[in-house]
Amino acid sequence: MKNFEYVSAPNLASAITQLQGSNSKALAGGTDLLTEMKERIKTPDRLVNLKSIHEMQGVRDDKDKLWIGALTTLSEIESHRFIAERYPILAQAAYLTASHQLRNAGTLGGNLCQSVRCWYYRHPDLTCWLKGGETCYAQEGINRHHAILGNAPCIAVQPSDLAPALIALDAVVRLKGDEVDGDLSLDEFFVLPDEGLRQRTVLGKSDLVVGVSIPKPAASSRGIYLKSMEREDWSFALVSVAVQLNFAGSKVGTARIVLGGVAGKPWRAKSAEAVIQGKVLNDSLAEEAGAAAVAGASPFEHNGYKVVLAKNLVKRALLELNK
Amino acid sequence: MLKASAKSLVQLQVNGQAQEISIEPRRTLLDALRVDLGLTGTKKGCDEGTCGACTVLKEGKPVYSCLTLAIECEHSRIETIENLAKDGKMHPVQFAFIEQDALQCGFCTPGQIMSIKALLDQNPKPTESDIKRAVTGNLCRCGAYPNIVKAALSAAERLRRGG
Repeated sequence: MKNFEYVSAPNLASAITQLQGSNSKALAGGTDLLTEMKERIKTPDRLVNLKSIHEMQGVRDDKDKLWIGALTTLSEIESHRFIAERYPILAQAAYLTASHQLRNAGTLGGNLCQSVRCWYYRHPDLTCWLKGGETCYAQEGINRHHAILGNAPCIAVQPSDLAPALIALDAVVRLKGDEVDGDLSLDEFFVLPDEGLRQRTVLGKSDLVVGVSIPKPAASSRGIYLKSMEREDWSFALVSVAVQLNFAGSKVGTARIVLGGVAGKPWRAKSAEAVIQGKVLNDSLAEEAGAAAVAGASPFEHNGYKVVLAKNLVKRALLELNK
Repeated sequence: MLKASAKSLVQLQVNGQAQEISIEPRRTLLDALRVDLGLTGTKKGCDEGTCGACTVLKEGKPVYSCLTLAIECEHSRIETIENLAKDGKMHPVQFAFIEQDALQCGFCTPGQIMSIKALLDQNPKPTESDIKRAVTGNLCRCGAYPNIVKAALSAAERLRRGG
C-alpha cells in the first residue's frame, strides 16, 4: 500500500475541507477502501478519518422517522432491537451482508458508497472503462456476476445489500458537501454511470453521506429481503430482492420492489409494483409481477440465469409476504 | 487535529499491556502485531479481508486486522491469540480444538479460535448454527469445519462448568 497522510476530522465541516485537498479519500470502516488501496486501484495521498464526527453517529427514533447515522456499523444495524422490530427487511439485509468481522467494522455510509466487485475493475493491471479506460472488458469477457438491466457502459452491479432494503423503505439520504448538500431520496442517490460521469452515486469528491432517515411504516406494512448467493453465507448477492408492501385489507396498497445484483444501481421494479397494486396477491399474480420485473432484461453471455433468478425471487418474496 | 504521514508514535493496548510503536499510517494492525510487536500468532493469509486468518478482537469484537489501520487502534483494547493461555494452561477453546481434532495445517486456527472466543464471551450457550455463523468469516482450506463446530460446543460446555 502506498503511504499517505492520515488526518482525523473532528467534525463534518473539517472533513469536507480536508477532502477538497488533492487526492484525498474519506475513511470510515475501511473494509472496502483498504482492499482497493492494497491493489493500488486507489492511491490517495491523504485519508480523512470520519469516525470522530458526531453528526454521523447514532440511531435515533424521531417520532415519524428513524435516523441512522452513516457511521453506524452493519453489526449495530443487524442487532438493533428497534430496527429488527419495525424495519425487519433492513435487519435481514444487514444480517446477510459479508462476515461478522466485516460487519463489525463496515459502516452504513461505506456500504452505500462501496466500489463495484467486477473482477476487471478490481484487477490492478487493467484500466477498464470505469477507471477511465476505453473498454468495459466484462461485456465481452466473463460476465456471470454482471448486470442484466440498465444498459450502462459499465456493466458491474451495485453490490450493497442495505441499499435495496432502504429504497424499499423509502429512505432519504442526508448529504453534506460542496457539490451536493441536503436530503435526497436514496433511489436518486444512485446513478448509472455514463460518459459524462463515470461513477455510481451523485457524490462529488468532497461530499459525504451523513446518514439516512426512514419514514415510519404503516401498521399494515410488511417487508422481506431475499438474497441469492453462490454459497450460503459471506458472499455478494447474485440477485437480491427487497419488497415492502402496505396492505389495504386483503389488497396490496402501495408496493416497493427493489432488486439488487441486476444493474449498476439498485433497481426499482416499478412495472412489477404496478402489477400487484390494488390487487389480492396469489400465485399467478406473483408470477406475473416476477415476469414484469425482468421484462426489459438484456443478459450477456454468462448471466442469463439472473433473469430467471430475479423473476423467481420476486415471486417468492411476494408469496412469503402473502402467507 | 491529528496529522501524520511519516512515522509517528502510536499507543496500543494489546493483551492488557500498553505498547508504543513508531509506524507509518499505512501500517495495518496485522503488520503492527506481527512485525512491530513480534506477536506472530495472528496469521497473514490473504491480506485482503477474505480468509479470516488475521482475526483479532478489537474492543471484544472480531475484526480483520489486515483491514484495520494500526493508527486507528489508538486507545482500543486489542486481544490476540497470545492472550488466551494463562499460566501455561490452555484456554478451554484451545483445549477443545486439540481434543476434537479441529485443525489440520493449523494456519486458520488462531483466527477460528478468536471468533469462537468472541462468541462464547457473548453467548455461553450457543447452538450449532450460532457457531457456524460466528466462524463464517474464517475459511479453513483443510476443511476441518465439522470438528471446529464440535470444538466450540465442547468449549462452551467446559466454560459453563467453570473452565
